[in-house]
Amino acid sequence: MTTATATGRTATGRTATSPPKPAKRKPMKSPYPSWFFIPAGVFYVVLFLVPTVASFYFSLTRWTLFDVEFIGFDNFIRFFQEPQLVTGFINTFIYAFLTSGAKVVLGLLFGVLLSSQIIGRGFLRATIFFPVLVSTIGVGILFKVLMDPFDGPINETLAAIGIQGPGWLTDPSIALLSVALVDIWKGVGLATLIYIAGMVAIPQEYYEAAKVDGAGAWNNFRHITLPLLRPATVTVVLLSLIGGLRSFDLIWAMTGGGPGFTSDVLASVIYKQYQAGFFGLSTAGNVVLFLVVAAIIFPLSWWLNRKEADQ
Amino acid sequence: MVPRTTRRSIVALGAGGLALSLALAGCSAGDSDSDGGAVELSFLVDNGESTVSTAEALAEAFTAENPDITITVETRPQGADGDNVVKTRLATGEMADLFQYNSGSLLQALNPDQTLVNIADEPYIDKLDENFVTSVATDNGVYGVPMGQSMAGAMLYNKDIYADLGLEIPESWDEFIANSEAIKEAGVAAPIVQTYGDTWTSQLFVLGDFNNVLAENPDWAEEYTNNEAKYVDQPAFAGFEHLQAAYDAGLFNEDFASATYADGVSMVATGEGAHYPMLTFAASQLATTNPEATDTVGSFPIPGDDASTFGLTVWMPTYTVFVPQSTEGAKLDAAKQFLEFLTTPEACDIQAEANAPQGPFVVEGCSLPDDVPAMVSDLQQYFDAGQTNLALEFLSPIKGPALEQITVAVGSGITSAADGAAQYDEDVKKQAQQLGIEGW
Amino acid sequence: MRNVAWKWGGGSVAILVAIVIFIVPFTFIVFTAGKTQAEASFLEFTWPTEWVLFENIATVLQNRDWLLVRAFVNSTLLTVGAVSIMVVLGAMVGYVLQRRKSRWNPVVNTLVLAGLIIPPAVVPTIWVLQGLGLFKTLVGLIAVHVAFGLSFCILLFRAFVATIPRELDEAAVIDGAGPVKLFFRVIFPLLRSVIVTVIVVQAVFVFSDFTYALYFLPGDANATVQLTTFNYISQSASAFNLLFADVLLITIPPLIMYIFFQRQIVAGMTSGAVKG
Repeated sequence: MTTATATGRTATGRTATSPPKPAKRKPMKSPYPSWFFIPAGVFYVVLFLVPTVASFYFSLTRWTLFDVEFIGFDNFIRFFQEPQLVTGFINTFIYAFLTSGAKVVLGLLFGVLLSSQIIGRGFLRATIFFPVLVSTIGVGILFKVLMDPFDGPINETLAAIGIQGPGWLTDPSIALLSVALVDIWKGVGLATLIYIAGMVAIPQEYYEAAKVDGAGAWNNFRHITLPLLRPATVTVVLLSLIGGLRSFDLIWAMTGGGPGFTSDVLASVIYKQYQAGFFGLSTAGNVVLFLVVAAIIFPLSWWLNRKEADQ
Repeated sequence: MVPRTTRRSIVALGAGGLALSLALAGCSAGDSDSDGGAVELSFLVDNGESTVSTAEALAEAFTAENPDITITVETRPQGADGDNVVKTRLATGEMADLFQYNSGSLLQALNPDQTLVNIADEPYIDKLDENFVTSVATDNGVYGVPMGQSMAGAMLYNKDIYADLGLEIPESWDEFIANSEAIKEAGVAAPIVQTYGDTWTSQLFVLGDFNNVLAENPDWAEEYTNNEAKYVDQPAFAGFEHLQAAYDAGLFNEDFASATYADGVSMVATGEGAHYPMLTFAASQLATTNPEATDTVGSFPIPGDDASTFGLTVWMPTYTVFVPQSTEGAKLDAAKQFLEFLTTPEACDIQAEANAPQGPFVVEGCSLPDDVPAMVSDLQQYFDAGQTNLALEFLSPIKGPALEQITVAVGSGITSAADGAAQYDEDVKKQAQQLGIEGW
Repeated sequence: MRNVAWKWGGGSVAILVAIVIFIVPFTFIVFTAGKTQAEASFLEFTWPTEWVLFENIATVLQNRDWLLVRAFVNSTLLTVGAVSIMVVLGAMVGYVLQRRKSRWNPVVNTLVLAGLIIPPAVVPTIWVLQGLGLFKTLVGLIAVHVAFGLSFCILLFRAFVATIPRELDEAAVIDGAGPVKLFFRVIFPLLRSVIVTVIVVQAVFVFSDFTYALYFLPGDANATVQLTTFNYISQSASAFNLLFADVLLITIPPLIMYIFFQRQIVAGMTSGAVKG
């Protein structure tokens, strides 16, 4: 793009230089120049957009990485015939809404708590963030041990108070929920961090004014904190929902989609196809997943931002 | 494919085994000093501790003999990520000069004819076991040399329990169930260990039964590849059926759903469990966690319905070394020299030393040390008697990717054997279509 | 009065909960890292019968010819490089996107969300990198991380730029500041706590990633820290003690960095946001 403008300029010649310049400059006068998009755009287009568009083509092919054969929409037909697809869809939604809902609520709670004057604040902030840093593989093994139905510490503790703990990861009816719990454990630190940043951005004057008016803590929270945390909330909602709809790595590390296929989500079905070397099929699956996620996220984002503009 | 982890070698797979000892005449050593320039080769192996140490030991010994060639070992993860790294690097022409990968159906997915160097005309191919050569060949060429031993899918068992209860090695499924019931009755141990904490371990009832399938129908593998033979039908259905029967009879360990492979091996070692269907590469896990039990844990073939078909299902060395077509010129010559070195008894000895042997070598002139674990030595009689068959993945390019999840579901009582087998047939169909195999 | 109750009461409860929910799992990691391989392979939550933590750490450090040390250098370069580029470029886009209403905004917004939703296509990306001569280079991997991470940065910056009053821009423009000066001298410093947040979050992403490193920068010389954990997992015999010793080693430095950075986030918060 930069090269295009440069050549353009030399080509139009020196004579024309001065007259068009002021004319062009008028819009450039904006303190918010469009060229701020360009450096980021170059990275994005070259290394993300181009490969992505190329890969969409491969969703219409039988692709072994070595051979490509165009087969039209066969992959999509095949994908919709996957026996685990219905479970996968249901599980994806359960998982995504559960984890993102909990991350928003808990993140808000912890964010407010850890911005207030309590003892051990620094310790708590570090503690809650620690799981974010541990590799998924490590977390998977860790919780497989903690949630072991026989000698896992969780069930041993429950047994001590007379409760027979369930097979957290081995009982088909709750395996997915157990993974969702761990996902929340691992991800809530990030949501909290974003909320803390949101709290910092709230000007103190609001609270001081409210104090003069004699507003209580709850009123402060309800009428100042919550509305002014909107940017943080929008970010956390979008990120955790997208993350939840697309995520499979923790599921993979903890249950492998099992027992059997009972905790499979869309993304893990696709990952298994990819693993098996069905590159065209898994690319088609990714296109489907993209459309599903987009159908939820785009309206939601539009709605959230519209409200922001209203204010 | 069950294992992606081990190495070791082979003696002879029964009768079909050792190839000609003739053709090796003039081509052994000495053609190294072509241009005298130093060559540096990269060698990509998986990151298993034992793989790396074996590869490094081999590289070092090779350089000692050929001072102008140095080999640097690089690593990649195991499992599906590793598979995809190998495929990606081959497809983009960025493969190392030499690499280690699986033989059999996984190799076929690499499009060897287009991506690997054909070594069919190299003299040392004649030193390799015929079955092994089949597992690294296509219609157009031969591509790999073993770095390890063959192994078997067998029933590991605790010899002390068998001795205490006066049990005999079962040769049919009914005898096996009778033994298991006796063990359950005695209350000393879990009759059959299953470990679905590591899903891949669930496949042995099906994959390890293949000897019995072939004994019933020698053409089964071919019919299967041609979309004629199915898992819902006998004889192949027996594997699923047995898995369900064992679950229904309540013969599994209590924690079968969460136990891991390591738990399973040590349960048989300590006598907490009596039987554990597993690949004999478990010898290396056993040596790590329960070294005192190497003589306690024995093995026998997984029995089928008919005692007359009793025999072993054998896996070719899962570690095989290949040269990609991107290796050229002096590097190619050097790489081929390394392949040749791998077929010498010296190389076999290095491998046997680096890791607990899991089965016989597949290279002529190589033999196992005397002190092999009982689970390996117990199987020698079946090799000697020719009571062996190759596992399906070495006879057909098609292996459905979802088998391990399906067998977990059947073994946990979530799915019936019939439904499981039907699901697997669908899975196989999907794989065959993706591979573009004719007739699907 | 209520302040004190909140400060001590709320704090104590929170600390107690944190210990149960977050510290207990952490002790498991330490215990396992302190065991011998045979004991660790049973994966039980028990006190090690024999503590070999330091031996394990030494093994992990020296393994594969000090691979972990090299990996640390690589990961640090990668994280610093990728995150600094991402933050500056992302802030520029997020800022203009929030401030200026134009017909391009919907397009950019769509692309930003698409960047968050669509998983990267590995093989085509390798082709592009090969074409640019950047495949198998650290620069290439940095560029890939920048491309994949930008969307997140933009989203966060766009949301938080809204909290900076426009009057500041106007004042600066009247003072004669050009767009570049306005952004880098006026806006960028005000975004401090958001910038630190983005740095922390993205540094975590880049530092904990292994997939991109695996495919775009193969070879041991280029290994990143997450890849080293793979060395201890194998189907035939895993070394969980070494795995968790490794996890400890690669988790502690970023945790310390985090503790340092989070002070920066709240540095603007002189007296605590909610006086409650």
